[in-house]
Amino acid sequence: MSEEYYFHTEGLTIGYDGTPLIRDICLRLKKGEILTLIGPNGAGKTTILKSLIRQLAPLAGTVYLDGKELSAMSGHELSTKMSVVLTERVRPEMMTCEDVVATGRYPYTGRFGVLTEEDRRIVQESMELVHIGDLADRDFTRTSDGQKQRVMLARAICQEPEILVLDEPTSFLDMKHKLEFLSILQDMTRTRRLSVILSLHELDLAERISDQVACVRGDHIARFGPPEEIFTSGHIPELFGLTVGSYDARTGDVELAAVQGEPQVFVLGGCGSATPIYRRLQREGTPFATGILWENDLDYPAAKALASRVLSVPAFTEAGEDILQEARTLMERCPRILCPPELTQQPNLPPCLRELIRQRTITE
Amino acid sequence: MRNTKRYGFAFILLAALLLLLLLVNVCAGSVAIPLADALRILTGQGGDGTYRDIILQIRFPRALAAIILGGALALSGYLLQTFFHNPIAGPFILGISSGAKLVVALAMVGALEFSYSLSSLGMILAAFVGAMISMGFVLLMSRLVDQMSMLIVSGVMIGYICSAITDFVVTFADDSNIVNLHNWSQGSFSGITWSNVGMMTVVVFLAFACVFLLSKPLSAYQMGESYARNMGLNIPVFRALLVILSSILSACVTAFAGPVSFVGIAVPHLVKSLFGTAKPILMIPACFLGGAAFCLFCDLLARLLFAPTELSISTVTAVFGAPVVIYIMVRRRQGKAA
Repeated sequence: MSEEYYFHTEGLTIGYDGTPLIRDICLRLKKGEILTLIGPNGAGKTTILKSLIRQLAPLAGTVYLDGKELSAMSGHELSTKMSVVLTERVRPEMMTCEDVVATGRYPYTGRFGVLTEEDRRIVQESMELVHIGDLADRDFTRTSDGQKQRVMLARAICQEPEILVLDEPTSFLDMKHKLEFLSILQDMTRTRRLSVILSLHELDLAERISDQVACVRGDHIARFGPPEEIFTSGHIPELFGLTVGSYDARTGDVELAAVQGEPQVFVLGGCGSATPIYRRLQREGTPFATGILWENDLDYPAAKALASRVLSVPAFTEAGEDILQEARTLMERCPRILCPPELTQQPNLPPCLRELIRQRTITE
Repeated sequence: MRNTKRYGFAFILLAALLLLLLLVNVCAGSVAIPLADALRILTGQGGDGTYRDIILQIRFPRALAAIILGGALALSGYLLQTFFHNPIAGPFILGISSGAKLVVALAMVGALEFSYSLSSLGMILAAFVGAMISMGFVLLMSRLVDQMSMLIVSGVMIGYICSAITDFVVTFADDSNIVNLHNWSQGSFSGITWSNVGMMTVVVFLAFACVFLLSKPLSAYQMGESYARNMGLNIPVFRALLVILSSILSACVTAFAGPVSFVGIAVPHLVKSLFGTAKPILMIPACFLGGAAFCLFCDLLARLLFAPTELSISTVTAVFGAPVVIYIMVRRRQGKAA
């Protein structure tokens, strides 16, 4: 069974100075797959990655890379198979970005590390791949954190690895560069069958890019599997010990804590038109009720997370008279009723909503 | 291409400077020797007998020692700076020179007790032992305090302690030898013999060759230990090699010329600025040339400024070297703020 996995661990226990931190880590990864470690701060993602790249000796268990034990490989052999992007700050003296990228060629150059034409070509290609061609002659210490991160990726790529390990590579990147960065990784898994192990804080991105996800939680891997199994309701909030606010497994959206109490406002919603209103009311600290929403409506996740009362109907069913009656009473009790203008302009409003909108105009 | 030109120019500049200073050092002094005579003597085409003795027995070996030891000192400084990732590390400031000085002084005084004079090799070995002991302390401190400034402070303290004990030993040494020992413990290139030159050439050349072979791993190490390890570098072995080589180099200097301050910090910095790069493969020969020229220049001033009284070499190197250190520290501070 182990044959088909390019990278896997067996009963790996890791920690510092003989004290086990995380026990029995079993991760499996095929060629061309992306494995993401997620988990709260201080859960041990970096410690795991350090052990996987042999910077930290495991206390027990084995790491296998390409069918061989990691601990049995020579430094040179490992360097031609695996490259890394770490969170450690690099402050090289008087080196241009191109010089930094070129250090990735280290395993392939001769006794004195002189670059050949071929090496230079690969350095150029790597820099173009991550769109930092214009930084080539810039002093590395005079670049922004985001630029440094991309330079380090180019460095790792030009090491021509079979597996790339990255510790929180997107932390300093803006949204455009986050997407660009992950797209480059995804592209390389497709074109070069590169395997990638990375840790991410962005759950939405982790869900989209990963083939396998490992949830690191304190002393063990709480779950390991494809994202569609991991990102199911209930598990993520539990992993992060979420007690304030909420996380929507389907969209990856997070909402702040709902305001509790007797609804002061009734919001008519549907088709995503009311979500901005929910959020504004939450900011103002006003408890509100909302309805009538079908459970497949765009507004439903935010409503469920933020409203103190949601009147909802299962998807693809008709709203019955009883729920309509409930809505009417709630509207009468609430001092204020809000209706997003976009909602009134919807051409195919269901009858019950049309009636509630009419009732609102009458009360006013 | 643009860079290659700059590197070539810088190397030619350093070499020309070295040659020029060598000639001036040979010619200038309490007895001024015309350049034509000096050249004739150096190329073995005869010349005035007195001039011959002055040049071949005193000035030329002394100048060669300044070249070899100056180069060794600068190289040792460069290695230590790389090792500690600290631009103001150097054999003198980290107390390594003083440790070497202490053990050499003990060995010399001990040898005198038995009316036995220490050979060149014996001096180097004693200095190496002292250098390694100081280095051990500094490494221990670097484990305990993870702060660059504290490392320097602890090095300076070790230096003071060693110097104090050395002074103590020198004070109680046999009267007739005090003058000699005292001069040496202050740092000086005077009294170098041809056999000294032969021995230091062998040791320094071997160490230089080893360092040059390490230029590729040095470049990996500049990226920080984690990345260096990922590039396949065996960190413990490499670190041990760096410690041993830099200790051999500075021990050799201390054995023959006593402690020489600031060359190890100032020269690598000046050379980096001249070349505009910190690539080890260029820096290793360049630091050697730069250190050699710097020490020739300082020794010239030490001999000439208040002739016939000779200054200790550290007095002169400190005048030129210390401002460079201050400049580095100020610029680093600014760099952090910006």
